[in-house]
Amino acid sequence: MLKDMTIGQYYPGNSLIHRLDPRVKLLGTLVFIISLFTFSSISAYALATVAVLTVVAVSRVPLRYILKGLKPIFILMLITILFNLFMTPGTAVLQIWKLKMTEEGIRFAIHMAVRLTYLIIGSSILTFTTTPNSLTDGLESGLGWMNRLHVPVHEIAMMMSIALRFIPILMDETDKIMRAQEARGADFQSGGVFHRVKAMVPLLVPLFVSAFRRANDLALAMEARGYHGGAGRTKMKPLVYHRKDWIAFLVMAGYVAAQILLRIFVKI
Amino acid sequence: MEIRIEHLNYIYGLGTSYEKKALDDISLTIRSGEFIGIIGHTGSGKSTLIQHLNGLNRASSGQIFVDGKNIYEDGYPMRQLRFRVGLVFQYPEYQIFETTVLKDICFGPKNQGLSAEEAEGRARAAMRMVGLDEHYEGKSPFELSGGQKRRVAIAGILAMNPEVLVLDEPTAGLDPKGRDDILGVLKQLHRESGITVVLVSHSMEDVADYASRIIVLDKGKVLYDDIPAKVFSHVEELESIGLAAPQVTYVMRALRGKGWDVSQDVTTQAEAADEILEVLRKAGVKC
Ligand SMILES: Nc1ncnc2c1ncn2[C@@H]1O[C@H](COP(=O)(O)OP(=O)(O)OP(=O)(O)O)[C@@H](O)[C@H]1O
Ligand SMILES: [Mg+2]
Repeated sequence: MLKDMTIGQYYPGNSLIHRLDPRVKLLGTLVFIISLFTFSSISAYALATVAVLTVVAVSRVPLRYILKGLKPIFILMLITILFNLFMTPGTAVLQIWKLKMTEEGIRFAIHMAVRLTYLIIGSSILTFTTTPNSLTDGLESGLGWMNRLHVPVHEIAMMMSIALRFIPILMDETDKIMRAQEARGADFQSGGVFHRVKAMVPLLVPLFVSAFRRANDLALAMEARGYHGGAGRTKMKPLVYHRKDWIAFLVMAGYVAAQILLRIFVKI
Repeated sequence: MEIRIEHLNYIYGLGTSYEKKALDDISLTIRSGEFIGIIGHTGSGKSTLIQHLNGLNRASSGQIFVDGKNIYEDGYPMRQLRFRVGLVFQYPEYQIFETTVLKDICFGPKNQGLSAEEAEGRARAAMRMVGLDEHYEGKSPFELSGGQKRRVAIAGILAMNPEVLVLDEPTAGLDPKGRDDILGVLKQLHRESGITVVLVSHSMEDVADYASRIIVLDKGKVLYDDIPAKVFSHVEELESIGLAAPQVTYVMRALRGKGWDVSQDVTTQAEAADEILEVLRKAGVKC
């Protein structure tokens, strides 16, 4: 059940996209998302579709796998769409009791659906092709300039990578504790809300205890190896831009330019 | 109660890129009153297998019959099965959650629908079985030592009065005394109450001294399923899959190599001592 979540996971591979510098991929995702919200015409979406499909094809992550990641947020999307359909003021197309479905609402809902879908697909390509470690490395070095604004970039990146690292561990742990309590007759599935919340206690207490124990052990282990924060710390594998990364930057610029040209010359 | 497993297969992550066949065509029968040791190298599928015995894992294919009834049939009382087959997980102390030892042990019996008094009665009996006296009852489980916590966790399962007790590496991470204590408790339970015991371990010494039947797993398959003496006669094969025979087996082999007429079917230290004394006596040595 918990294992079915594909969103945010890494999909091992060795494609060109996998090997790109994480900073390139981060910027690329950012550019793509911004473009979704600034260029909203049919032609712009068509170009975005081509771009996404090309990247997916190059990354060799099965499309089916990426689409599976959309499932958990399907409900969220449905609610957003329904809200927009009925809550946007404008010319009514359909009236159900007091709810008016408006033309503007339909247009807005379609935009919303397309943007949300692409936003998630775009960011899942990033996480599918980038290990959590290189993702935080990319963030740390990409946001290094913020150090001058007294933002503790290294510490934040370290916390992020630890948190990301712990997610699968805690998921496994949850699964194990649930089984252990089920072996003692615990029932997590049936009963009313109150009963279910109460049934979570035998799961949550051991989970918290173990999370704290792990955090403690990790802190000790880090200190024992001389960790003292970011100052003066060097990298074993410093991030360096290679030729493929510069080419990727060019492709990105090309994409933005194409979007702008479409906006000026194609008016649909 | 008899558990019969037929052609059981289990695959983790079916239909994903992480598919992993953990159990491969397992067939075996666990009869009432047996003391079975299951051994195998890390990752051989021991934990996966025993989680089928109480229905926590559902086989990818194959059948399990408990007293002749197929547990995968619709309407089988699966929850009842959990109480009849008590499963102690690896590192069971991590499942403790209550504020006092007694309350935690009561969790299982209460889930069975017993009243508070009945549950407490069961819990106290279980505590006695694992060698925890009354003054532990009101203690917080979190201030106990590792070995004591493990006893609490085992008592939590025993309090459900299971017919079959399955333990996944109950001695992992314990010192030699803690190990002997826990195994001693199991042996005594088995002798006195006739409960069926299935003990998972990757240490031959653990199972050799206690089990009357040993099942060796390798890469998800049953490699041997026999009495200890027979299993340990395959020393080379056991070593090739990352296991070892108990030390006495090696001692007896060495003695035979030196021309002593000792039996090779000896698997425990006590038996080995008797055997050696016997041979010495036959040779006319006074001892
Ligand atoms: N939750 C899981 N998801 C995917 N694969 C798993 C999972 N649990 C176990 N496996 C795999 O199944 C195989 C059998 O695992 P299992 O835990 O049953 O081994 P084991 O014999 O109990 O090992 P150990 O002595 O280390 O406890 C292993 O190869 C393991 O990698
Ligand atoms: Mg195991």
